[in-house]
Amino acid sequence: MIEIKDLHKSYKMGSNSLHVLKGLNFSIAEGELVAIMGSSGSGKSTLLNILGMLDEADSGTYDLDGVPIKNLNETKAAKYRNRFLGFIFQSFNLINYKSAMENVALPLYYQKVPRKEREEKALKYLAQVGLKEWAGHLPNELSGGQKQRVAIARALAAEPKVLMADEPTGALDSKTSYEVMDLIQKINDEGNTILVVTHEEDIAHMCKRIVHLKDGVIVEDKKVEQVRAAQYVK
Amino acid sequence: MLNRDNWKEIFETIQKNKLRTFLSGFTVALGILIFVVLFGFGNGLINTFDEFFGDDATNVLYVFPGRTTMPYKGYKSNRTIEFDNSDLADIEKNFPLFLEYITPRITRQDTVSYMNESNSYTTQAVGPSHQFNEMTIMMKGRYLNAQDIKNKTKYAVIGRLVEEDLFGAKNSMGKYIDVGGSSFKVIGVFQDDGGDNEERIIFIPYTTRQLIEKNTDKINQIVVGFKPEIGYAGAMAFDKSLDKFIRSKKYINPKDQNGIFIRNVADQLKQNQQFARVLQIIVGFVAFGTIIAGIIGISNIMVFVVKERTKELGIRKALGATPKAVIGTILLESVFITTVSGFVGMLIGIVILSSLGDKLKDFFITNPYIDMSIAISATIVLIIFGAIAGYVPARRAARIKPIVALRDE
Repeated sequence: MIEIKDLHKSYKMGSNSLHVLKGLNFSIAEGELVAIMGSSGSGKSTLLNILGMLDEADSGTYDLDGVPIKNLNETKAAKYRNRFLGFIFQSFNLINYKSAMENVALPLYYQKVPRKEREEKALKYLAQVGLKEWAGHLPNELSGGQKQRVAIARALAAEPKVLMADEPTGALDSKTSYEVMDLIQKINDEGNTILVVTHEEDIAHMCKRIVHLKDGVIVEDKKVEQVRAAQYVK
Repeated sequence: MLNRDNWKEIFETIQKNKLRTFLSGFTVALGILIFVVLFGFGNGLINTFDEFFGDDATNVLYVFPGRTTMPYKGYKSNRTIEFDNSDLADIEKNFPLFLEYITPRITRQDTVSYMNESNSYTTQAVGPSHQFNEMTIMMKGRYLNAQDIKNKTKYAVIGRLVEEDLFGAKNSMGKYIDVGGSSFKVIGVFQDDGGDNEERIIFIPYTTRQLIEKNTDKINQIVVGFKPEIGYAGAMAFDKSLDKFIRSKKYINPKDQNGIFIRNVADQLKQNQQFARVLQIIVGFVAFGTIIAGIIGISNIMVFVVKERTKELGIRKALGATPKAVIGTILLESVFITTVSGFVGMLIGIVILSSLGDKLKDFFITNPYIDMSIAISATIVLIIFGAIAGYVPARRAARIKPIVALRDE
């Protein structure tokens, strides 16, 4: 599903440049649930941004579902993001003046899905994350966990090939974190490919594979025994 | 781009961001409102100006006799030129193409009294057509007519203020007043927009004046009204040929500056029009400034709006909004708001102007108005510049990498 070779990325900070990714190689197959771990500054968010086409690599190749991702103009990148990827952010990034249902329906708007169908689908995915009765509420009327579930529903609504979660539990307490991870595991159980960036050990072990990043290189890439989050959720 | 779904999205955004909508709408509405009102006031100023200078007819030549300073055809210099009744007839006969009316004017200062009231007034001995020249408006009775001239009647037409001075609240019609020792019957009272002095005049038939002055046929001024359709160039040509005609009839050297004088109001009219044009330019300048201020205002708002929405735009981009969609969203929204509020501001301005009417006459603003076409073009200009002002930051926002936009808190 995802194939990267010799990926480099550096940021210019005034006169000196900061080499963040130093030649990464790995691939992710369909249906995997991969955690990308590392302390802050290890380059994990940068990697996710490049994988998510929110940022560009300086060199190296990146194939997504057999499509080479390079030299994208903004319009093309937007279309690929819309078709291939669903994002879950640490800070939720919901549009605050739109209701939960409208937020979930937004990616479908950019897919030019008719309004009625959009709303039906949005409700369906809200039901899947257990928030159907909150459909008409604005984000600031929801708790953090609820907001993240709305964001997950939004990421799912576009029916993407890969879900990318950047510290999805970073702003949540541990109980809510497990609820969110439980949801992510269930989505993965249905065959969706999911990438989770995290620095929390317990969250990483709820995935099926952990890629450990340190100072811009992969120091460890191992399959793990998945810890089910459901057991912590009552 | 313009399907129903997009509009719905835009309406929702507008509805849910009331403060933002209000701010940009208010700026545009206020800009247009001020523009319309200022421009209208300018026009009101021009109206007042026209009223001040427009009370006398402008298609008139005044011919005054003078004293020659050059000898000519056997006549010595320093000879006093005088007009008489035959000159009237000759001019009438020779310029039928140009002439609309002709009237003599003999101006005297007389003591005028009625009962115990007495005062000094200007009397003008004139012909019936003098009424057109001064645009005299009759309040009561009638003006002098051809019969009065023929019969040399002792009738007088007095100004509104003459009646007020001499008769107080009483009616002057049919009463006899004493004008310089002769008794005249008041047959009419007039008013004139030209100010108080113009309403302190007494008109009598010129033939009567000549009779009083030892039955002379001399007249001291000739007022010639020409047809307005001959225009400015025609008036100047008429002026010249009339001058030539009188000089040859009275044996005045064509180069003599002082033999006769012709005052051409058409010349004055042109100056007045120039002054009005300068006023118009000043008004246009002020209005232009207002529009510029409006454009700057809406530009600021648009920069602010885009800045405020940076994060939202980043989210939209992460979810698959193309740059075109981002720009389109911002532009359609701003154009919609500016259009609606622009026309609202314009209508309010027009309503204000039309409700003012004469209320600001004390400030030299009469009947302020604005041409619909100017108001609408100004509104459209503001909408277009609002769109351009929105486009620049929108394009920049569309170019920002979503990751940068998302980091924006």
